[in-house]
Formats: sequence, C-alpha cells, structure tokens
Amino acid sequence: MTETTRSYEHPGITDPVADEQPPGTVAFAKSIGAVATAATAAGDESPVATVDLAKELVEAGIEDVLRELDDELIGLAPVKTRIREIAALLLVERVRRKLGLSSEAPTLHMSFTGNPGTGKTTVALRMAHILHRLGFVRKGHLVSVTRDDLVGQYIGHTAPKTKEILKKAMGGVLFIDEAYYLYRAENERDYGQEAIEILLQVMENQREDLVVILAGYADRMEKFFSSNPGFRSRIAHHIDFPDYAEGELLEIGELILAKQNYKLSASGREALERYIAARKLLPHFSNARSIRNALDRARLRQANRIVRSIGGAKITADVLMTIEAPDLLASRVFGQQATASSPLSDEVEETFD
Amino acid sequence: MRLTQGCFSFLPDLTDQQIRAQAQYCIDNGWAVNLEFTDDAHPRNTYWEMWGLPMFDIKDAAAVMMELAECRKVYGDRYIRLSGFDSTHGWESLRLSFLVNRPAHEPGFKLIRQETEGRNIRYTTQPYETDRPEGQRYR
Repeated sequence: MTETTRSYEHPGITDPVADEQPPGTVAFAKSIGAVATAATAAGDESPVATVDLAKELVEAGIEDVLRELDDELIGLAPVKTRIREIAALLLVERVRRKLGLSSEAPTLHMSFTGNPGTGKTTVALRMAHILHRLGFVRKGHLVSVTRDDLVGQYIGHTAPKTKEILKKAMGGVLFIDEAYYLYRAENERDYGQEAIEILLQVMENQREDLVVILAGYADRMEKFFSSNPGFRSRIAHHIDFPDYAEGELLEIGELILAKQNYKLSASGREALERYIAARKLLPHFSNARSIRNALDRARLRQANRIVRSIGGAKITADVLMTIEAPDLLASRVFGQQATASSPLSDEVEETFD
Repeated sequence: MRLTQGCFSFLPDLTDQQIRAQAQYCIDNGWAVNLEFTDDAHPRNTYWEMWGLPMFDIKDAAAVMMELAECRKVYGDRYIRLSGFDSTHGWESLRLSFLVNRPAHEPGFKLIRQETEGRNIRYTTQPYETDRPEGQRYR
C-alpha cells in the first residue's frame, strides 16, 4: 500500500514548477512561493527527511480557497497578502509537525479591524475553510456571534451562555463581531468582563480546539485591546481591512449583479459610478453593503419601471436583466433632481442605504 | 468489585482519547451527548443526575471533553457516564451509554438473603456505599 502511494507521484499537480524540481528536494508551488521561502529553513534543519511541499499544498487544497479569495473578493490587497502569508506559515507549520520539528499548537486567534462592509465576515468564513483544509481546526465551521450571544442578563447567566457558544464553536472558528462591546469601561459591574475572562481562558488552554476571530472598527478595537491587554497578547494576527476605492466598489456592484443574473447598461454603469461618488460623501456609508443595498433598490425600481411600461408588448430577457440609469438615478443620494421620475425613492431611501 | 454497566464495561477503562472518539461518533450521527453522574450505582437506578444540558448542537467532541473535565473536577469521586440520545422518530432513545469515570475504590454490592414462607429465600443486592448518605459515599 505504502509502496504504491510512494511511487505514484502526486497525480493532481499541473504546476510546471513542481515538475522541474529534482526528486527528493523540497518543491515549492509557484503561487505561494514568494512567501513560502521561509520554508527552506524548515527543510534545512531536518537532515532526517524531506517533504514535498508542493504535494502538501495540493493535498491541503488551500490553493483553491486562495484562488476563490482572489476571484470573488475584489480589492483588499493587503488582506489577501496577509492571508497568503498566514496560509504559507500554516503549511510550513504542518510540514514541520510531520517532521517532528514542532509540537505546540500555534496561536491562530486573529483580529479583523476595518470599517463596516469591508468584508470581514466573508474573509472570516474563508479563513475557517483554510484552517480546516490545513488541519488546524477539525470541522471548519464558523459560529458568528455578538455581545448578546455571550453576555447574560443577570448574575450567573453569563458563564453558561458563553460556554454554550464556545462549545458550539469548538472544532471551528468563533467569530465575534463588534467585539469591543464586550467590554464596557463605564460600568464596572458589566457582565461582559466575565465573558472576556472565560474567552481568554479557553483561547489560551484550548488553542487546538478553537480559533477566535475578533472583528470591529479599528479605533474602537484599539481602545478595547488597550483596556484588555490579555486579548492583545493572545492574538497572533492583526489584519486591517482598508476601505474600498471607488473603482473597486463599482466592480463589486457588477459582481453582485452578475451573481443575480443582472447587468448594467452603459448608462447604468455610469450612473452607478456617480452614485458611488455621491454616496461616499454621505454619512453611514458602509462600503460594499451600501452598494448591495443600492442595487437591491435599483432592482425594485427596475421591476416597477418594467411593469408600468408593459403595454401589451413581449419583454425580452435582456430587458429583465438590465439595470438602466434611471433605476439608479432615482436615488435620494442625488438630491431632488430625479424624485419626480419615481415615487418609490422617497419612502425607501430614509437612511440613504 | 468493578462496576460493569453500559458499553465497553468489560474492557479496561477507556482513555480520554477513546472517549473523545466515541463522543465524536455520537455527534457525527446526530445524537445528543449527555453526561450524567451518581454515587448510587445500583443497576436498577436508572435516574442519574445530569451534568448540564444535553449537548445537541455541537460539532466537535472537544466540547464534550471540556464538560467532562469540569464534571470530573466536581464529581471525580463518583460514577460518570456518557450517553448518546438519538431523537429521530422511531428511535427516540439512548443509542450508546458507557462509564467515563469511576471512584478510586469500589466496594461492590452486598447480597441480602431474606427468608420467606416455607423454605424460600429472596435475594436482593445493595451497594455497600449506600449505607452512607448521598454525597458522603466513596470517600
């Protein structure tokens, strides 16, 4: 059995770089190569055995997850770089483990900071996949919670509640959104402190069972960490999510529409560009989420426009798929100019979102 | 006298790793995992006390092991058993149950003979430890 698997050289590999490597050395996969150079150290330290890193990479299947990350998430270049780095680190760690070079479970807890709508939850979900593929969490599910799910309402309610969530998240990733709400500086007797203590204990003692990802706005997370130094020291990776550029938001908008089998007409695209520019200046702008909401309302207006303009004619699929400029320009973001064309704009646009 | 109740009881006590594997098997089958403890391990005593709630929405046995560790911390001198409850229609009962903790010293059961009418004898068993009140046994 072992004989056959050994002679059967990794069948799934199509990477030309891997094939050029002389047998018996550490082979790198091309895509992760830039950051994986650190792996040479791991290889050199062990005269006992060699490990085929490319094969490991294919076996782990994280390449697919990373590619998906590239394809489906627009922008976020620094985040992607960090995730590639972490993935490379984990891969090397896994190989080191196989060679018996490390035994301790690495600290994998992370903190995601960034403005609303910058993709923190989405990336956390991907992170869970990556960790699962590499075998650092056993199940790879994501449990997303906020303060309400962890903190109780009366004395003695918090500990069981927090433990219940922790148990649910074991073997996967616990994602705590807006984590800074856990700590309320103004109230000493706030039960949040109790939840924090339990969290810290489990984060420290059961590192191999659970990965915790904290998320929130950068400035408030900073304050949270400075008042809870225990958290900062237990978190290995701090990742900052930048705001999207206007061009990226446009791309995101088009991707969202494409997924729902919609498309923008040329003038519609131009209108969305103008919408993004105008929306960015208004309060409560939440990046991709604002765009998604704007497009949802544009679909509403498009449907309304089509229904009113039927007039006995047959409608083509193309008409049903296309978002035109007026659908977007009716938004209140543009002030009064377009309100006359759509009675919908007023009641729906209360919050601009 | 070593108590033999539930699955695996004629095997050597399961290691934590083996318990974890069994718990994971329960979870993977969709059974709710329960921890129960008692200091009255008479075979007819089916009502053991539960440690916390049934764990029916967990994905990984690490959670069970965490609870078991807590339970052992408090009731390490009693019997603890782990069971898997299958809630699917038609089953609605325990599918697996085994001991995961036992007291260091197990004195066993006393055999009581009661002489009745004629020359008949009625037999019954009683754990030696139940002579003492609950909470003070197996010390």
